[in-house]
Amino acid sequence: MRQLIESQSDETFILNLGPQHPSTHGVLRVKLQLDGEYIVEAEPVLGYCHRMHEKMGENRTFAQFMPNCGRMDYLSALAYNHGYVCAVEKAAGIEVPERAEWLRVITVELNRISSHLLWFGAYLLDLGGFTPLLYAFDDRERLLDILDTVTGSRLTYCYFRFGGVYNDIDENFVPAVREFVARMRTRLPMYHKLVTKNIILMKRLEGIGPVSAEMVRKYGATGPVARGSGVSYDVRKNEPYSVYPEVDFDVPVYSEGDSMARYKVRMDEIEQSLRIIEQGLNRLPEGPVMAPKAPKILKPPKGDFYQAVEAARGSFGVRLVSDGTNTPYRLKLRSPSYSNLSLFGEAAQGMLIADAIALLGSLDLVIPEIDR
Amino acid sequence: MNESINIPWLVGSLVAAIAFVALNASMLVWLERKVAGHIQRRIGPKEVGPFGLFQSFADGLKLMSKQLIVPECSDRILFKVAPLLVMVPAIMSFVVIPFSENLVARNINIGLLVIFAFASVNVLGLLLGGWGSANKYAVISGARAVSQNVAYEIPMLVTVVTMIMVTQTMNLNEIVLQQPDIFHWYIFRLNASPLMPVAFLIFFVCSMAETNRAPFDLGEAESELVAGFHTEYAGMGFGLFFLGEYANVFIGCSLATILFLGGWQSPFGVFPGVWWFLLKVYTLIFVVMWARWTFPRTTLYGLLNLSWKILIPISLFNLVLTGVMLKVF
Amino acid sequence: MVDYFKELIGGTISLATGLWITFKYMWQPVITLQYPRQSVKMTRRHRSHIELARDSETGEVKCIVCGMCQRACPSNCITVIGEKSEGAKKKVLTKYILNYNTCSLCGMCVENCKPEAITFSDEYNMAGYRKEDFIMDLKKRFDEKNPKSAAATHNVAGGLKEDITRTSSN
Repeated sequence: MRQLIESQSDETFILNLGPQHPSTHGVLRVKLQLDGEYIVEAEPVLGYCHRMHEKMGENRTFAQFMPNCGRMDYLSALAYNHGYVCAVEKAAGIEVPERAEWLRVITVELNRISSHLLWFGAYLLDLGGFTPLLYAFDDRERLLDILDTVTGSRLTYCYFRFGGVYNDIDENFVPAVREFVARMRTRLPMYHKLVTKNIILMKRLEGIGPVSAEMVRKYGATGPVARGSGVSYDVRKNEPYSVYPEVDFDVPVYSEGDSMARYKVRMDEIEQSLRIIEQGLNRLPEGPVMAPKAPKILKPPKGDFYQAVEAARGSFGVRLVSDGTNTPYRLKLRSPSYSNLSLFGEAAQGMLIADAIALLGSLDLVIPEIDR
Repeated sequence: MNESINIPWLVGSLVAAIAFVALNASMLVWLERKVAGHIQRRIGPKEVGPFGLFQSFADGLKLMSKQLIVPECSDRILFKVAPLLVMVPAIMSFVVIPFSENLVARNINIGLLVIFAFASVNVLGLLLGGWGSANKYAVISGARAVSQNVAYEIPMLVTVVTMIMVTQTMNLNEIVLQQPDIFHWYIFRLNASPLMPVAFLIFFVCSMAETNRAPFDLGEAESELVAGFHTEYAGMGFGLFFLGEYANVFIGCSLATILFLGGWQSPFGVFPGVWWFLLKVYTLIFVVMWARWTFPRTTLYGLLNLSWKILIPISLFNLVLTGVMLKVF
Repeated sequence: MVDYFKELIGGTISLATGLWITFKYMWQPVITLQYPRQSVKMTRRHRSHIELARDSETGEVKCIVCGMCQRACPSNCITVIGEKSEGAKKKVLTKYILNYNTCSLCGMCVENCKPEAITFSDEYNMAGYRKEDFIMDLKKRFDEKNPKSAAATHNVAGGLKEDITRTSSN
């Protein structure tokens, strides 16, 4: 590998993977220096989808920034909602009723499943398998229908409010979710039989794109990427928030660090999310879904606040600096895919293009979240 | 054997072959989309004509009416020749395929050899198309196509040599005549070699790889190489690659049928004819499509490993075994 | 050597299992909806563009032209114009302009509306050739939908009727 880098000369050529390429899922551009099909150097180029969300936050009231949360990581929009409202609630000292907390957890976990299902399908599409995508979308559609009845939208949710949630659930929600959980439990073994145990997929993923635990620490990768490399870090367990401390669930960790490990972590997380949802449904208390004393016009006291939540891709952090007015002084968002992508350059060295695609897909990138 | 050359018959059959290739490809595209649709629990084409049968004709018309754009820095001659190099050999191979006892354009003694001679030209078309379009993705794809074809030609030809040893002829029609019913199909002739079903499987997998069908469609791996060698082709340039691919699928499956499944012979020994041939071929093509919509794509080294570590040793072993069996019994 | 054959056989079995699964699915009924011929019924809470709500007593808009929606909107896509006629106590809505191009369907306007004068429609089939098509005057839409003499049972949201003209052929 070293020799390849040192001997770069006329023997190599540059290939632009993106910004419009089928497997960069949006507008990521990766500059590849290739020696034949071997990657000598890979450099991700960002910023094609930059929309200044952080700056927008400084110019809007706290409530007006809510819809932006769903536009960053559009696949796990509810986790972003959660991170933002938690940060603002921490700043303004708003108490959230218990029912609202449980509803948040249930919907966030449902959203996590839908995100992982989409990743599963899209990843298989990257690897050339078309059919699993459609099967995953079959399940995901049902999930989106459920979330649509609660939140009113199917993708860019804007459901949480400071002090609670926007709407209480209706009477169909609990049976629909229970039905979905039961269905998903039967579908997961099918996915494992069709995809996970398939020899072609195993050959393509096992040992491909190894990411060591040091690399994870060096680049600050979180979420399934870190857990696939043996770093047991999950914000829900390590820095508990909301009602997660009361929930009984496991954090799947695999130590191999290859694409297969990341794949397995996500598939196991779907199962764990189902567990969390079931517990949430069983323990869902009666009561209001909105704090009665939540102020309409928010003016948090001066201060510096940070809240991290576990989004589908890793730790999403909101740093909120308030100067006592009705707009934030600074809103810094830490998005997981940005850190997860940054290790790609190092990990992809010396790989074949096809393997690099498998690695890139296994990082589960959402480009608008990287660029914000 | 008819040794004299009957020019009108030959020209007529060439025209028929071209017509058949076009019709067959449009039907296969329709079938492929229907199979894919139902595997994925959707309907597939349904708007144009009954069950969407005329969809591919509409697509074909659209392709024909489009401009063939030649990229600025491409090699203009190679770029234009490449689709023909894929298409023409595919049509030529149809000349020797026996659809039924008499429905064969030119019944020659080296039919099998002719088909493999033409099949090797196919890869040249892919390489030139990739090279000529002056696109980095296309060049990588062309290189992949060559290494893939070289790797898979070997086990395929070793299997065919085994078959020639067993059948003692290279005349396709005679091979079919040796298999009058299901018990005499070569796939079940375990007395010739106990590995005959495996040989069929090797041949089938190789023909899938030779024709660049998924899961071996590395040449046009769209998630890696955008569209591979036909990235820069528009209109009928792309159309010919497409037609050529489906023609090659048909040839691969018909060869498997002729060598192992008794060609146009009926499984019960009665009513032999072209319908049996088409039925068997289209069943095999269905399996090819079914596999495409089930499996993810292999990688290049996975593909080469399969060829060199599994298919070639087994087919060589089969060759030796068959030789020994022929000598002993 | 044992591993070699183990992998070979195991791999073949895994491939066959995959084929069997897709084969089973091939014969199951399709689950897609034939979109232009059938359409989806939106859920009750679906948030599409906003619509002015109708007061069931007076048959007029509930809007009192307070402008809360305009101020709450993060994308500044609402313009409320009202006028105070001579002698009247309250302002009367004359124009309610929604620039749907920039609307992000967040629902802040609906939440902040004290008299509950705005509701969500469930229309999702919106397409046009120019962006000007989506600068809508909701008051005008309201008047078109609710002629002064209309019966009180009119459904404001309009809604899409399920229109199955042709079911799938197989």
